[in-house]
Amino acid sequence: MAAVRRLSLSSSAAPLRRLLILRPFSSSSADDQRVLTVETSLPFIGHKIDPPSRSVDTTPNELLSFFRDMSMMRRMEIAADSLYKAKLIRGFCHLYDGQEAVAVGMEAAITKRDAIITAYRDHCIYLGRGGSLVESFTELMGRRSGCSRGKGGSMHFYKKDSGFYGGHGIVGAQVPLGCGVAFAQKYSKDENVTFAMYGDGAANQGQLFEALNISALWDLPVILVCENNHYGMGTAEWRAAKSPAYYKRGDYVPGLKVDGMDAFAVKQACKFAKDYALKNGPLVLVQSYDFFEHYKMVLILEMDTYRYHGHSMSDPGSTYRTRDEISGVRQERDPIERIRKLILSHELATAAELKDIEKVVRKEVDEAIAQAKETPMPDPSELFTNVYVKGFGVEAFGADRKEVKAFLP
Amino acid sequence: MRRNRGANKTPGLREGGRSLSLLSLLSLRRFQYKYEPRSLSSPRLPLRPFLSLFFSLFSLSLAILFYSFDHSEDGSSAPDGRHPDGFVEYRHQLRQVSFRIAAPIFRRKGTILVVKSDGRHTVGFNAGLRGANLITNAVAAKTEASAKTMDSKPGHEVLLFEALREGLEEEMDRDPRVCVMGEDVGHYGGSYKVTKGLADKYGDLRVLDTPIAENSFTGMGIGAAMTGLRPVVEGMNMGFLLLAFNQISNNCGMLHYTSGGQFTIPIVIRGPGGVGRQLGAEHSQRLESYFQSIPGLQMVACSTPYNAKGLMKAAIRSENPVVLFEHVLLYNLKERIPDEDYICCLEEAEMVRPGEHVTILMYSRMRYHVMQAAKTLVNKGYDPEVIDIRSLKPFDLYTIGNSIQKTHRVLIVEECMRTGGIGASLRAAIIDNFWDFLDAPIMCLSSQDVPTPYAGSLEDWTVVQPAQIVAAVEQLCQ
Repeated sequence: MAAVRRLSLSSSAAPLRRLLILRPFSSSSADDQRVLTVETSLPFIGHKIDPPSRSVDTTPNELLSFFRDMSMMRRMEIAADSLYKAKLIRGFCHLYDGQEAVAVGMEAAITKRDAIITAYRDHCIYLGRGGSLVESFTELMGRRSGCSRGKGGSMHFYKKDSGFYGGHGIVGAQVPLGCGVAFAQKYSKDENVTFAMYGDGAANQGQLFEALNISALWDLPVILVCENNHYGMGTAEWRAAKSPAYYKRGDYVPGLKVDGMDAFAVKQACKFAKDYALKNGPLVLVQSYDFFEHYKMVLILEMDTYRYHGHSMSDPGSTYRTRDEISGVRQERDPIERIRKLILSHELATAAELKDIEKVVRKEVDEAIAQAKETPMPDPSELFTNVYVKGFGVEAFGADRKEVKAFLP
Repeated sequence: MRRNRGANKTPGLREGGRSLSLLSLLSLRRFQYKYEPRSLSSPRLPLRPFLSLFFSLFSLSLAILFYSFDHSEDGSSAPDGRHPDGFVEYRHQLRQVSFRIAAPIFRRKGTILVVKSDGRHTVGFNAGLRGANLITNAVAAKTEASAKTMDSKPGHEVLLFEALREGLEEEMDRDPRVCVMGEDVGHYGGSYKVTKGLADKYGDLRVLDTPIAENSFTGMGIGAAMTGLRPVVEGMNMGFLLLAFNQISNNCGMLHYTSGGQFTIPIVIRGPGGVGRQLGAEHSQRLESYFQSIPGLQMVACSTPYNAKGLMKAAIRSENPVVLFEHVLLYNLKERIPDEDYICCLEEAEMVRPGEHVTILMYSRMRYHVMQAAKTLVNKGYDPEVIDIRSLKPFDLYTIGNSIQKTHRVLIVEECMRTGGIGASLRAAIIDNFWDFLDAPIMCLSSQDVPTPYAGSLEDWTVVQPAQIVAAVEQLCQ
């Protein structure tokens, strides 16, 4: 049932809540817990590993929550687009629409104690980790109550209490950080994993391979997730990488290629990956791959996905690809449409109800934007806060020694 | 004695007028007490003057023998006198001191006296001379002598790398979240022996040997620090950390700010830097000038075993990311440090020698060049106030400002290059804050803006030498 509460429901969603609670679309309460089996659209392709099965178990609630979460993410990104054009969001704004299935499927497979770290396309992952719309928009607009107090911006969303480590601007630099988080998880012996996400452009960074080497050497519970949207900013993957099979790039590290536009495929793959990273002797591997048993911990997932927008708001996204390609993907592989079809085919809701959900979501997003627009800008004194952490007993005095020096504990 | 007449004759012999024949007589006597004076209650000869001579000669030869063994890893262990300048200085001091003060030693029966690494006890300083303190525990025989006499002196003697190791070990005992990452820190024991023995004690999970991948293991250290661990990342040479500059600048320094205070990065990044003995351009880099403008980072530089241990412990306990700059040539400095737990404040400068005429600001290895120059300056009648700034970011403008208010003249001696070095920033900070107190323009002596050459003489000309410091002070005080 945690799946239902993942995104916070505001008061305007009361009709939606009634929709879910009163179950107008199915006859008995047992149906909500019934297990549906869904086939992923494409099979998984494994590199030095047996891929998981294509059948994924799910429940109606989970299907609906996927739909609602993805709609909210899509709506938020579209709204961010218009806010950027209205010059309320400045600088860089990298939008995630088209790739929502990765965020939502991953959340379904893990807990808040597992860690996620990603690059700058982080708005939707922040939402998935439990961030609220208001915090996102206030941060995007640089207001004081944003998730990073307005000092981070679009590329620096963080949420420590739910294990979201950001939000990083430099391509590829987050992967060693993610491996470090996994090291700390291994050090403290809690059975959690880290998902270090990066893009197909970052897959060519040297520090990625360095981090992969160390993670494999030290058996760290990290899963490297390559969100392959086929374009590294303006450069297509075949022009940037000699070997665009990013799941095979780990060489001695097993890899799995996943259809990133299918939320259930992502969910299955992430669950499989988490089990693989934590288990000491996974059955499938011991029998057929005991040669690689030593490298059992790290895994690379390649999510084959697509972004509809350009790399960022300053990129129209059509100079290096055709509009036909974009609309083709939107028609055939759109993640929200896939879930809609699944819901309709399993008769969990009517088309009108789904439209209502979308309307509610849109209203929520608009309210959040309105609230965010009213939040004040940060105080000028905020410029100097959080540069250093003061004190562990001794008060640090700054360059002009204005603060009084205290004594050691 | 006749063979000792000449230009380089030590004053003591000339003054004492000792005769070689008597010396040979003494050497024939069985010298049963090694260092300590025999009880003088029943002398058979007027022994005291002869004993003082013999003792001083003996201690001098032992000291030279001891100092000729250097244990550093960078190859400068040849016994031909390639040592940190501090030791060269001390041998000079010993030679001068041993004959002048040999008599006072024997007034204090049974004390082993220690040469402090900051040169406070050399002959020639008019202020603060507390008798000559010589280190004589060179050879294995020291344990008998030391067992008797160490009780009277508090603390224990360590070399600088041992002091760092002690600090690290104490902090690892105290907090299980402290771990060490670096190349060859584990099984090898550390390329400068700072982490020797720690891997056996704490295991492979707390003392981690990394592959040669500075960018990623620094990033991993930072990622681990984000979750609450307290890693100590060692760069084998500070210059290698240039490869990790992105991680240090963006993720280490700025994450606390860009996350709005959610993440703290209690990491310590340490390693030896600076110009060594003919190590070449790429291994003689001074990274403090590159890191100094990264916001959110704290930088400290240690110069003595005492402040090395103190700063290491404070850096580990600090919630901020701290870069601890050590120096390749200072690892074998010996000093007596307290037994009890102590830390040095990370933002504080150290007053090495109070004075009246000019403030000399320096850090790390330049401390020893400055102290050597200070000897000459005092002989010439100047009274320099020497401050080891220790904290490179932020500067301790309080101590510095008080000093400038007193002396009105500033000389900065640094090992960074002229352009964009610590001296340049310090000069700007002093001008901004203390302009009214200055009687003369701030002088800054720094290394030349060249890659450090390999040839020894060229390398010496790259770095500031004591003679230049003396000339600068003389010019400043006109």
